[in-house]
Amino acid sequence: MHVATSSAFKENAHRALGDSGLQRALARSGSSFIARRAAAVANLPEFERLRDTARDIKNHTLAHLDFYLETYEAKVLASGGQVHWCADADEARAAVLAICQKAGARTVTKGKSMVGEELAINEHLERNGIEPVETDLGEYIIQLRHELPSHIIAPAFHLNMEDWEEAFRKSHTDLPADRVFAERRDILTEARTKLRSRFLAADVGITGANFLIAETGSSVIVTNEGNGDLTQTLPRVHIVLASIEKMVPTIEDCTSLLRVLARSATGQDFSVYTTFSTGARRPGDPDGPEAYHVVLVDNGRSAMIGTEFQEMLRCIRCAACMNHCPVYGAVGGHAYGWVYPGPMGAVLTPSLIGVKQAGHLPNASTFCGKCESVCPVRIPLPKLMRHWREREFERHLSPASVRWNLGLWGFVARRPALYRLMTRAAALGLGWLGRKRGRFSRMPLAGGWTEARDLPAPEGDTFFARYAREQRSRMPS
Amino acid sequence: MSKDAVLNAIRRGLRRGALPDDQAAMLRGRLEQHPRQLIPARSRLPHGEQVDLFVANVEKEFGTITRVADDGAVPGAVADYLAAQNLPGVLVMAPHPALRAIDWSVRPLLEIREGRAEGTDMVSVQHAFAAIAETGTLMFPSAAERPTTLNILTDTEIVVLRASRVVGAYEEAWDLLRSEIGAMPRNVMLVTGPSRSADIEQALELGAHGPRRLHVVLVEDGV
Repeated sequence: MHVATSSAFKENAHRALGDSGLQRALARSGSSFIARRAAAVANLPEFERLRDTARDIKNHTLAHLDFYLETYEAKVLASGGQVHWCADADEARAAVLAICQKAGARTVTKGKSMVGEELAINEHLERNGIEPVETDLGEYIIQLRHELPSHIIAPAFHLNMEDWEEAFRKSHTDLPADRVFAERRDILTEARTKLRSRFLAADVGITGANFLIAETGSSVIVTNEGNGDLTQTLPRVHIVLASIEKMVPTIEDCTSLLRVLARSATGQDFSVYTTFSTGARRPGDPDGPEAYHVVLVDNGRSAMIGTEFQEMLRCIRCAACMNHCPVYGAVGGHAYGWVYPGPMGAVLTPSLIGVKQAGHLPNASTFCGKCESVCPVRIPLPKLMRHWREREFERHLSPASVRWNLGLWGFVARRPALYRLMTRAAALGLGWLGRKRGRFSRMPLAGGWTEARDLPAPEGDTFFARYAREQRSRMPS
Repeated sequence: MSKDAVLNAIRRGLRRGALPDDQAAMLRGRLEQHPRQLIPARSRLPHGEQVDLFVANVEKEFGTITRVADDGAVPGAVADYLAAQNLPGVLVMAPHPALRAIDWSVRPLLEIREGRAEGTDMVSVQHAFAAIAETGTLMFPSAAERPTTLNILTDTEIVVLRASRVVGAYEEAWDLLRSEIGAMPRNVMLVTGPSRSADIEQALELGAHGPRRLHVVLVEDGV
C-alpha cells in the first residue's frame, strides 16, 4: 500500500525539481492543457454563467445530501441494483472484496477511479488472491510501475516515451526483442491488444463514477478510451465505487455539469463516451452485467459538511486547478505525496488523511488565485488553503523555525514605525552593497531564492517612502 | 449500521434532523419536474441547420459521415465505406426493426449477423436513437434491439441515423428518451467521435480501447 508522504512535501518537491525526466514531461505538457481549455471556453459564450449554474446545483445538492442519497438508493434498488454504504475505507474495501468473492472472481478489470486509489483497492484485492487489471492506458502503466497517479485525469502525466517502452518490455515478457516502439501508436496498439483479452476474461468490472443521479438511480462515467464501458459491460458483475458527494438531483442537473466538465478538463466540448448505467441486465438485454453494485463511500466527506471546507465537496475532479497551478507545474503530482495533487489536493488531502499528515500541503501555493479563476464549480481554493494554514499554525504543527520567524515578523509588522525603519535600513543597506552589479547571486537567509536566480538589489527607497512622496506631489497645491 | 452513521453525520453538519416533510415534498417535486438549467444558444437553430451543425461537430471529433437520400441507399453507403477503408464486408448488426426493414440484399457481398458483438467482430452496424447537434453526439439507449457491445467492442462502428432524430441540445434528447422509452434503460451511451487517448505524453492518438473508426450514415428522411 502506498504510504502517504505528504508530510515530506518539501523533500519531495526538492527531488522533483532535480528529476530531469519529470521536468521534461512537465515542460512538454504543461501549456497544452491550458491552451485547450482556453479554446473550448472561448467557443462557448455562456461558459461563465454555466459555472454559476454548476456551483448552484452542487450547493443545492450538498444542502440536501441526506435526502438525495436516500432517494438515490431507493431508485438503485428499484432498478435491480444494490447499494453498500461505507463509512470509511476499511468498510469499502471489505464490501468490494465480499462482492468479488461471492462472484468467485479471479480477475477484475478496472476503469480509472480516484476513489479506488484512495481506498488502495488494488492492493487489497491482490492480498486476497484476486488480480486487478487497470484498463485506462495511463492507469495501466502506473500499475505496471507500482506508482500512484501523478494527475487526476492524466495518471501518467510524469512519464516520457522511453518510460512506456521500458515498462512494457519488462512486464510483457512475450514481446519479441526486435519489436519496435518508435511511435506513440505502437505503444497504444500493444496496450490495446494486451488488454482486450483481459476485458473478455474478467469476472468483475470496477469503475468509478463522475456523477450519481437521484432521479433515476444512475451512475455516470466519462472516458475517452472506452475502457470504462468495456469494464462495466463485459463482466458478470459491475461494481461502482463512488463517494457521497458525486450526487446530483436530475439528469438535467448532470447535463449542466457535464457541459463544464470536459471543457475544464481536457478542453473537449464533450468526452467521447459519457455513459449512464442504471441497474443490472434487463429481461431481453443481449449484453450487460448480471449484477450491479454501488459501493457508496463517505471516508471523511460527511465531516466536511457544515465546516468551512464544505465548498470543496463541489469538486468534480476536472484537474483544471492543477493544470493552471505554477507549483504543480514545477514539481508535478507525486510531490504532494498521496492520491490528490495540486490545489484541490492541498485542500482535500488534509480533510481525508488529517492535518497532521498533510497540513503542509496548503503551504505549497503562491496564492496567485489561478486555480479559483478556472474552477468550473467556483471553489475558493486559496481561501480554503488559508483556512488550513491557520489550523496548522493553531495546532502548533508547523516547524519551529517557521513559527519563530512568523512570530518575529508578526511582532515587527504590528509596529509600523519599527517596520518602516527596518525595511528602510535593509533597502538602503542592500542597495549600497549591490550598487555595482545591481543584483546578488548569493545572500544569507535567502538561499532558496538565490539558488535558482539572482536577487535584484533594491534601487532607492522603500515602497512606503515612495508612495508617500508621490501622494504628496499629487496633492493640489 | 453505516447508512445511519453517514446520514447522521451529514445531518449533524447541516445542523438539522431528517428533512421536514414539506421540504422533502418540494424536492420530490423538483425531481419530477427535472427543470432545465441554462442551455447554450448554439444549437437553437432551424432543424436543417441543426443537422448541419451535428455533421460539422462529428467531423470535428474525427468521425465521418455519409448523407444518403433514403433507406434504400444505406447498404450501398455501408459497403462503399468498408471498401474505401479496405475492410471486409462482415458485419454484426443491431436487431432493430428499422435496420431489418432495409433491403440489404442489394449488396449481396455484405455478410450480416444480427445480435451483440463478440470479441472477434470487426465491424458493427448500430441504430441511433437520437443525435445531439450541440456537440455531434449520438445517443444509444440499451435494449434488446440495440446491444451495448456494438458501441464498444468492434474496431469500426457504423451508425445508421435518421435526420429527423437530430435534436439541438442534450435536454431535447432526454425528453425524447423519457417520452418514447420511459424509465432509464440499463445503459445509455452518449458517443462523440471514435475512441482516443492522450495518456502517452499528452498527445492525442485515436483508437484506444473502443472503435478506431466511427462512421455515421445519415438518412435524410425529409423532416
